[in-house]
Amino acid sequence: MKASQILVALSTIVIKEITRYTRIWQQTILPPVITTSLYFVIFGNLIGPRIGDMEGFRYMDFIVPGLILMAVITNSYANTVSSFFSAKFQHSIEELLVSPTPNYIILIGYVVGGMSRGIAVGIVVTIVSLIFSDLRIHNIWILSSTVILTSILFALGGFINGVFAKSFDDVSIIPTFVLTPLTYLGGIFYSINLLPQLWQNLSLANPILYMINAFRFGFLGISDINLWVSYSIVCLFIVALFSFNLHLLNRGYGIRS
Amino acid sequence: MTTALSIKGLKKIYANGLTALHGIDLEVAQGDFFALLGPNGAGKSTAIGIICSLVNKSAGAVKIFEIDIDLDFPTAKSFLGVVPQEFNFNMFETPLQIVVNQAGYYGIERRLAHERAQQYLNQLGLWDKRNGQARMLSGGMKRRLMIARALIHRPKLLILDEPTAGVDIEIRRSMWEFLKKINAEGTTIILTTHYLEEAENLCRNIAIIDHGHLVENTSMKALLKQLNVETFVLDIKKPLDQLPDHNSLCMRLVDDSTIEVDVAKDAGINPVFAELSRHGIEVSSMRNKANRLEQLFMGLVDSNRSQLNQ
Repeated sequence: MKASQILVALSTIVIKEITRYTRIWQQTILPPVITTSLYFVIFGNLIGPRIGDMEGFRYMDFIVPGLILMAVITNSYANTVSSFFSAKFQHSIEELLVSPTPNYIILIGYVVGGMSRGIAVGIVVTIVSLIFSDLRIHNIWILSSTVILTSILFALGGFINGVFAKSFDDVSIIPTFVLTPLTYLGGIFYSINLLPQLWQNLSLANPILYMINAFRFGFLGISDINLWVSYSIVCLFIVALFSFNLHLLNRGYGIRS
Repeated sequence: MTTALSIKGLKKIYANGLTALHGIDLEVAQGDFFALLGPNGAGKSTAIGIICSLVNKSAGAVKIFEIDIDLDFPTAKSFLGVVPQEFNFNMFETPLQIVVNQAGYYGIERRLAHERAQQYLNQLGLWDKRNGQARMLSGGMKRRLMIARALIHRPKLLILDEPTAGVDIEIRRSMWEFLKKINAEGTTIILTTHYLEEAENLCRNIAIIDHGHLVENTSMKALLKQLNVETFVLDIKKPLDQLPDHNSLCMRLVDDSTIEVDVAKDAGINPVFAELSRHGIEVSSMRNKANRLEQLFMGLVDSNRSQLNQ
């Protein structure tokens, strides 16, 4: 395929993905907005004033970046895992497999689709958060680069899940038992400086901590972690997951007999 | 003559140890309408799966228009259109989306993809249904949608895996006409089907697979020539208790108003009528007992099984 044809193939996958999740916006865009709004109301408005300031900021302002990024993470992941597994389940993935579209374009297409849903939900949640908090941007470049890298990383994670999933139960196991605990323990609701040393050290093994801190820096200008460490870890994971996904596609794992 | 498909020593052993293909060799010439037949589980779909990259081969070589799939699969795939046995499109997308997206996977720009989608959906009688969800289409329409999708990038080789399964006779015949037309326009077609009269009507060459072995690979004419005896079913006007003496004719009374008669190919049917008429038996209608290809097919498959059992 020529470069121009490859671009057409890529844009087709991306458009297809965006069409898919916007067609079912009641299942994809609306629920995270409602859930995050509840967090804002309960943790920010009701419990927040009793907690007081966190790292020099109102508790509501402290948790907003983490909640936005949590929505980005879960939706980037959910989009690729559900879309890829559904394509496997309906065998419509064969439409792509019989075509000359290279495997890396299939992967990038799905990842961009997941990324776009993550970012779309993130934008809507950010708009809703303005009702509850006085959100200011400290550094737009760090903010946007973090959200893009994070959504890419979790879209790649969702793709792996989609490749290995054999049933609809497998689609929800990782988000429920791995992703949600790691997100909650990644410093959305607290600074890790509040934790005893042992738990602080353990928290450092959680990759989501780095993303949330970098994202929070973009809004508030504070972070528990060095930004370059955050970027390096996220980029390292992206390279590793991309390579692993491409290997799975080239081997035809779960999609070719 | 250019070879559209060349298969050499193709072997497939699945992870569970099942050998689906035992090293088959096959060649399909450009422009051919080729039948690939075999009973269920013979290995036809496995062979097709390997050709279009849905199944990994264990050994052997496949070339599509001289392009080795091991060396340049993307180019080989660009020549190929596939209509699979099972519906394999997203049921929640519209026929137009399905066809246009497929064009995109082949690098065809959206404007051109829409033009071609209109052409093929019109030709296959689906244009009016283009904006409804695909799951709402009837079985025959879904099959035609898969044909439109397979043709959208104008493939040089079209593989149809039981394209008319579950389709009513009227639509089946209109699909035959459509396939004959695109074959006449230059598209090489490989057809698998369980309707043997379909293969006999459409195809010029034929291969039969059974238990992963190629048991026949010849022209349809040559294969049909192998058939020496045809069986006719005669409906008679007045019921009979038993057949009269009938000399050398091989006749049977199936029920009181039906006679079956085996006729050697070079003998003709006239002696049968003469004999029946001599006994005052009037025939009201006559038909072939079975499709000719069906008899040959069953013979070849039975013979292969006896060899395997030995």
